[in-house]
Amino acid sequence: MNWLERMSFRRRMYGELSEEIRAHLEEKVEELVAGGMGRKDAEAAARRELGNVTLVEEDGRNAWRWLAMENFLMDVRYGLRMLGRNPVFTAAALLTIAIGIGANAAVFSVVNSVLLKPLDYPRAEELVVLHQVAPGAPGLADFENGLLLSPSMYFTYAEQNRSFQSLGVWDMGTASVTGLAEPEQVRVVELSDGVLGTLGVTPAVGRWLTAADQVPNGPKSVMLSYGYWQRRFGRDRGVIGRNAIVDSQNREIVGVMPQGFRFVDTDFDLIVPLAFERGKLILAGFGFHGIARLKQGATIEEADADLTRMLPIWMDSWSNGPGTNPHFYETWKITPLIRPLKQEVVGNMGELLWVVMGTIGLVMLIACANVTNLLLVRVEARQQELAVRAALGAGWMRIVRGLLVESVMLGLLGGVLGAGLAYAGVRFLVAIGPANLPRLSEISIDARTLGFTLLLSVLSGLLFGLIPALKYAGPRTALALRSAGRTVSVSRERHRARNLLVMGQVAMALVLLVSAGLMIRTFEALRAVDTGFTDGQHLQVMRISIPASLVAKAEQVTRIQNELVEKLEAVPGLKSAAFASEMPMEGFDSDWDTIFAEGKTYSKGELPPLLLYKHVSPGFFGAAGTRIIAGRDLTWTDVYGLRPVVMVSENLARELWSTPSEAVGKRLREDPGLPWREVIGVVQDVREKGVQEKAPEIVYWPTLVENLFGHGPAQAIRTVTFVMRSERGGTESFLQEVRQAVWSVNSSLPTASMRTMEDVYGKSVARTSFTLVMLGIAGTMALALGIVGIYGVISFTVSQRKREIGIRLALGAQGSDVVQMVLRQCAGVALLGVGIGLGAALGLTQLMKSLLFGVTAHDPLTFSFVAALLMVVALLASYVPARRAMKVDPMVALRYE
Amino acid sequence: MMRRETRRDLFPGALEMMILRTLKRQPLHGYALVQHIKRVSDDLLQIEEGSVYPALQRLLKAELVKAEWGVSATSRRVRIYRLTAAGVKHLEREVSSFERMLEGITRVLAPGEL
Repeated sequence: MNWLERMSFRRRMYGELSEEIRAHLEEKVEELVAGGMGRKDAEAAARRELGNVTLVEEDGRNAWRWLAMENFLMDVRYGLRMLGRNPVFTAAALLTIAIGIGANAAVFSVVNSVLLKPLDYPRAEELVVLHQVAPGAPGLADFENGLLLSPSMYFTYAEQNRSFQSLGVWDMGTASVTGLAEPEQVRVVELSDGVLGTLGVTPAVGRWLTAADQVPNGPKSVMLSYGYWQRRFGRDRGVIGRNAIVDSQNREIVGVMPQGFRFVDTDFDLIVPLAFERGKLILAGFGFHGIARLKQGATIEEADADLTRMLPIWMDSWSNGPGTNPHFYETWKITPLIRPLKQEVVGNMGELLWVVMGTIGLVMLIACANVTNLLLVRVEARQQELAVRAALGAGWMRIVRGLLVESVMLGLLGGVLGAGLAYAGVRFLVAIGPANLPRLSEISIDARTLGFTLLLSVLSGLLFGLIPALKYAGPRTALALRSAGRTVSVSRERHRARNLLVMGQVAMALVLLVSAGLMIRTFEALRAVDTGFTDGQHLQVMRISIPASLVAKAEQVTRIQNELVEKLEAVPGLKSAAFASEMPMEGFDSDWDTIFAEGKTYSKGELPPLLLYKHVSPGFFGAAGTRIIAGRDLTWTDVYGLRPVVMVSENLARELWSTPSEAVGKRLREDPGLPWREVIGVVQDVREKGVQEKAPEIVYWPTLVENLFGHGPAQAIRTVTFVMRSERGGTESFLQEVRQAVWSVNSSLPTASMRTMEDVYGKSVARTSFTLVMLGIAGTMALALGIVGIYGVISFTVSQRKREIGIRLALGAQGSDVVQMVLRQCAGVALLGVGIGLGAALGLTQLMKSLLFGVTAHDPLTFSFVAALLMVVALLASYVPARRAMKVDPMVALRYE
Repeated sequence: MMRRETRRDLFPGALEMMILRTLKRQPLHGYALVQHIKRVSDDLLQIEEGSVYPALQRLLKAELVKAEWGVSATSRRVRIYRLTAAGVKHLEREVSSFERMLEGITRVLAPGEL
């Protein structure tokens, strides 16, 4: 029976019962009348014999009821009526709860999507990243990827391992695609055999790249991403078998990956095979990310031990060429540190998200404290009603239940509103979320988030309902009925509960505001960092690649780049243009290698530091705003003359030659067997890896170099970043003119990654600004809720003490005395709250240490400022009710009786 | 609730037992049922006539009796109750447990034993 049927069944039963009882009475009366009794007397007697008809019917009906449920529903109806009768209170409480729950649900949905949900691969928990570190290789430690794998390592690991189902290596890069429409620069995943099998996602169309595609001189093939397939081919299934020219190599399209497939955590356009030439591999070449799928039951420790076991095998199986010691790498102390893929994807965002979740949770607690206060005030006003109910026989459990049902309903209604807010909140979070927030596209409100919201609603309802319910529904009702809060002064004890709540609010608000303050200080410190380039807003960057298919000769590449600079400088409003292999913080994989300085002796086992190599054009430093500290800039004569000259960063100059000016004229080389290069200039340090990372030591090469790494003929850097300084940077008209200028040199040059350095910088500090915004929001909410809480409590206290204040005034107290009295009360409470908050903040800010920069977690300035701010705000919030207390008319207050 | 329980009859379940026993003899409607119990007990038991109806409702809910609308001897439309199979079984169980209880009480109350 469903409930509707049951309802109608019950109604019928009740009707029949009444009819039956009526028939009973009639029969009885008839019998008595037949026995000689008067009709009136007979009716009375029949009723007397039968008992209370209403009770009989009610007892009969109760047989069919589910009593607990119906009582509960009655509580719900009653609660709703009470909420409806107090629209102002209800609106205030609902709004507070809705904001609290909405913010929590929104942040939880992000935490859930990013941290809790498994990655979008089959049995994703088996996927690991073959991360390894090399503490013995100086210079490498700076790089967040640790020591990447070399191709030879990949072969050894793939063939000798005991703990993986499959493994492979990959790298991310760019390539230009020609032969389809206009030339285009695309994002490419280059991968070895085993990577696709490891990820285990089958293609939407066609097939995977197989071992046959990895043969160096075998068939040339390529796979497409779903997005690229859609964009370029309109999802035409006939694309399989067609050709695309990728970096001047003709490749057959063999498959398309499905929609939503992301490579680890990046979007890409094409997948091409690495096709290592096994015979030509050496030990070195640590440039590839390793990914693997653990065997079922294998642990990460076992896998680490497995890699450790294979390292000597790797050194025995390969060499760096005749005369070299393959076991040289033992000095690097290569140590495997395999990580779950999820950890790699989530990266350092996990910590940040938990901090944000924690702060938003605190806001929820503050909101609950506020609602508790509201409820306390309201229950106070309802004392008489509760007392009457108790006097009429309601058990106090029943009253507690009624009050709890009311507050849980508040929580649930707030939760419904909150879920709506969360929906908007998630969109907001995704919009302001740092661009490098992993799995951004996966963020959504799912069943788990809704479950969390429901749980939060019920729990908060219980939390803020329990205190008033237990306080007032206790067995003390007789007193309340008698006094009704009028003739008896409100007990100190009742104030204590509210004061404690206010104290807690102040303390929590302090913690949040201190955290937000520390983030502001961090942001200031980041802003103050000299990044090595100036005025990023007016510094436009653009990537241009000149493939070998377009221009074969190295020098010609440089001449075209030079011509591009000249054309660009002719664009109106463009002050200066130049190019380099990459701009700071752009995030492209950098080159790095050893440097041997002249006059320094290196012992046999010692490895000179590995340094970052960058290639720059003449005028690059001027255009970017990087100061040249000593010596001179490169010239085009240096470049075309293939002169053996380099420039170095200030920190490198200081390390090798103590001062920048000393460094000029000194010489260095990449390898003992190679010719010396002269240091002609020293430039200021640049925050290459991000604002918060130490500036690395850098060697700057011309973009056209002879003999680099002993490769003989001149080589040009074909993919470079152009920088343009212009007041018009970032505007669409400017970009249009820039593109025109590029195409006037060569119409098949694709331009990519057009952005200003301000964008690049913003991305680099995105994590900090995201945290700042979130903590700022939380702090502001906490402050606002705190003000409301203090104001409400003080107002209420004043209204409760009206009589007392009236007497004081009548006895000669001055208005200012009264104000002072009220303020003193508030100050006491606030001071205690601030004290507790300071203690808590000292501990809790330790948790956000890793998010801070240029400021300690115990920054005295922030702590004292926030403490002072809260005290001032608390006093201001209580000043208004205090003024009101002063204006109490003694006559009115006393006559009130 | 409490105040109603005390008013019901001798002890909880006694009225139900008597109703079941009476209905086992023959199906009856409410009024006839009350009159029968009163007559048989020689008015020794104080039974409020109305209390039989909630008891009947409980028995209906428990499916120990079933009811059909019919016509009484005085040609009234009445609900006639009859025992179900489950009712018969329940009655047997109740009676035997009641007898055991009664015997126990009797032994304790018997003079001279203590």
